[in-house]
Amino acid sequence: MSIQVLKMAWSAIASNKMRSFLTMLGIIIGVIAVVVLVSLVTGASDSITGEIQALGTNLLSVRVLDDNGHPVTLSDLKRFGKENEIGLIAPSLSFGATVKHRSETYEADAVGTTGQYDDIRGIKVKHGRFLKAADINNNSSVVVIGHEIAEELYGKSETVGETLSIGGRSFLIVGVLEESGSMISNDDQTVYLPYTVASRMVKRPNITAFVASPATDDIDSAEEKLNQLLMRQFRQDEDSFILINQSALMDTMNSVTGTLKLLLGGIAAISLMVGGIGIMNIMLVSVTERTREIGIRKAIGATRGNILMQFLVEALMVSLIGGVIGLMISWGILEVISSVAGEKVSFSMSPQVIGLALGFSLMIGVAFGLYPANKASKLHPVEALRYE
Amino acid sequence: MILMNDISKTYIIGGEQVHALKNANLHIGRGEFVSIVGPSGSGKSTLMNIIGCLDAADSGEYILDGLPIGNYSQKQLAGIRSRKIGFVFQGFNLLAKMTAEENVELPLIYQGVKLSERKARVSRALSKVGLSDRSRHRPAELSGGQQQRVAIARALAADPAILLADEPTGNLDSKTGMEIMKLFLELHQNGNTIVLITHDSSIAKLAERRISILDGHVEDAV
Ligand SMILES: Nc1ncnc2c1ncn2[C@@H]1O[C@H](COP(=O)(O)OP(=O)(O)O)[C@@H](O)[C@H]1O
Ligand SMILES: [Mg+2]
Repeated sequence: MSIQVLKMAWSAIASNKMRSFLTMLGIIIGVIAVVVLVSLVTGASDSITGEIQALGTNLLSVRVLDDNGHPVTLSDLKRFGKENEIGLIAPSLSFGATVKHRSETYEADAVGTTGQYDDIRGIKVKHGRFLKAADINNNSSVVVIGHEIAEELYGKSETVGETLSIGGRSFLIVGVLEESGSMISNDDQTVYLPYTVASRMVKRPNITAFVASPATDDIDSAEEKLNQLLMRQFRQDEDSFILINQSALMDTMNSVTGTLKLLLGGIAAISLMVGGIGIMNIMLVSVTERTREIGIRKAIGATRGNILMQFLVEALMVSLIGGVIGLMISWGILEVISSVAGEKVSFSMSPQVIGLALGFSLMIGVAFGLYPANKASKLHPVEALRYE
Repeated sequence: MILMNDISKTYIIGGEQVHALKNANLHIGRGEFVSIVGPSGSGKSTLMNIIGCLDAADSGEYILDGLPIGNYSQKQLAGIRSRKIGFVFQGFNLLAKMTAEENVELPLIYQGVKLSERKARVSRALSKVGLSDRSRHRPAELSGGQQQRVAIARALAADPAILLADEPTGNLDSKTGMEIMKLFLELHQNGNTIVLITHDSSIAKLAERRISILDGHVEDAV
């Protein structure tokens, strides 16, 4: 019986191809809207969260705006770092620097920091090593350089042992970082040098920015502790500094994209609903047109249930075929967008989105097919047979 | 086989009552070939719809093959139609999008007959009406007489207790009509119970027994 129902539904759909296609179009467009919009938002937010992750999510960053005569020094940082809640801590003195090697020059970002910086930020060293405590204590003329600097100045990444100069001073390269490929972090274009050396070079004796990581997974209590320490440092002036919790940034980002997904998905779902109304409309016309057929079927033994099933399956088939076609077109659209957007962002259909779209189509088929199908099933056989 | 006592059916059109059937009494036995004859509007189709369980009487008692019809649900009535009754209509009432074969198969599908048995019964029914070679044709590709044969095959496929034919020759020329009547006579000889409804007395007299109907009154000369 069930195969027969599917066959009947298929032949009804196939016997009026243009009408069936136009009916499906509503569902097709609805599914495309849902799938493409949700996939785009998902892809975009994945790449943004990827970028935020590249900056490090499990870290606190502090910027000192006005020290009110209570400057933060390396020994202050050391003291902060001894607190139970706080793990690693490192200054971050940023400035622009022209890096030279023979006749080649490179405009780099320079960061003066200490040996814990790479662990806090999750920076990976490819060749050699990162800065260490001795470099800072001895004011050593050593640098760790980003991937792009090595490639630009030397044409290769293995450059440990080479020298370069910054501001007329010669430095020994002790490490080269792995390529990060990130769009918003500039690790590839950065040169890291001992904080003490940098501080002297740019004549900034006090720490104006630093990063810290929590001792445990509990970044919130680390944030609270650090805030306390800074408030004490700056005599309870909360405008003296900015403390950013990167994981909170991530949470905010996630909630923004979540809302966006819901909003766009909702708008798209409305277009799917409109498609469903199209199905109902056509099914109602079809029931009227096929009144006589319904009468004949009832006369030769079809029950109400049989007729109901026949029309319901037909509506379901229309919406499901529409859904599948919509998914295929969506896949094509996303492939095109992905290839245009480049490899940094990938807009792929997740199984959840596929499930959502098909589930939605099915639901629409049932919801909007039920009324016409029920109407068909309730036709009185004698009246239906008299219908011209 | 068919037992009717005081069956009445009234339609209301525009506030006016039309007594389509008035206290009809009818008794038709197993294996009989009965014709019900009367002028247009006399209530023949109404009677047939009640015999065929397509419609319910307003009052009276109707027993079909030992089953008192009246307090059955729509679903049960559909089951009774499908097992007991084979309809043949004036306008053939075949499904235009289906082949002859598929039309004949349809009642068997609703009965839930297995595929292999369906195929066997369909070809048996089509050969009974002499249309084995037209099984893949659609109604539009068949003559009126052939279409009516397909309809008869469809009625026969389910092995019904009664064949109910409402003006089966009404849309056919007299020669083709006679061929259809021959087919009915043949089916009767093979043991089928047939109720034939017509306004044409020359057709009616071919049956074993005639029942007249006039203005909703059934004159059953048992
Ligand atoms: N569904 C209906 N609604 C209203 N009146 C009907 C209906 N069916 C039949 N009638 C009326 O009942 C009477 C008998 O009709 P019918 O049984 O079709 O007669 P016949 O088949 O003998 O021509 C007619 O007057 C007809 O108008
Ligand atoms: Mg009639």
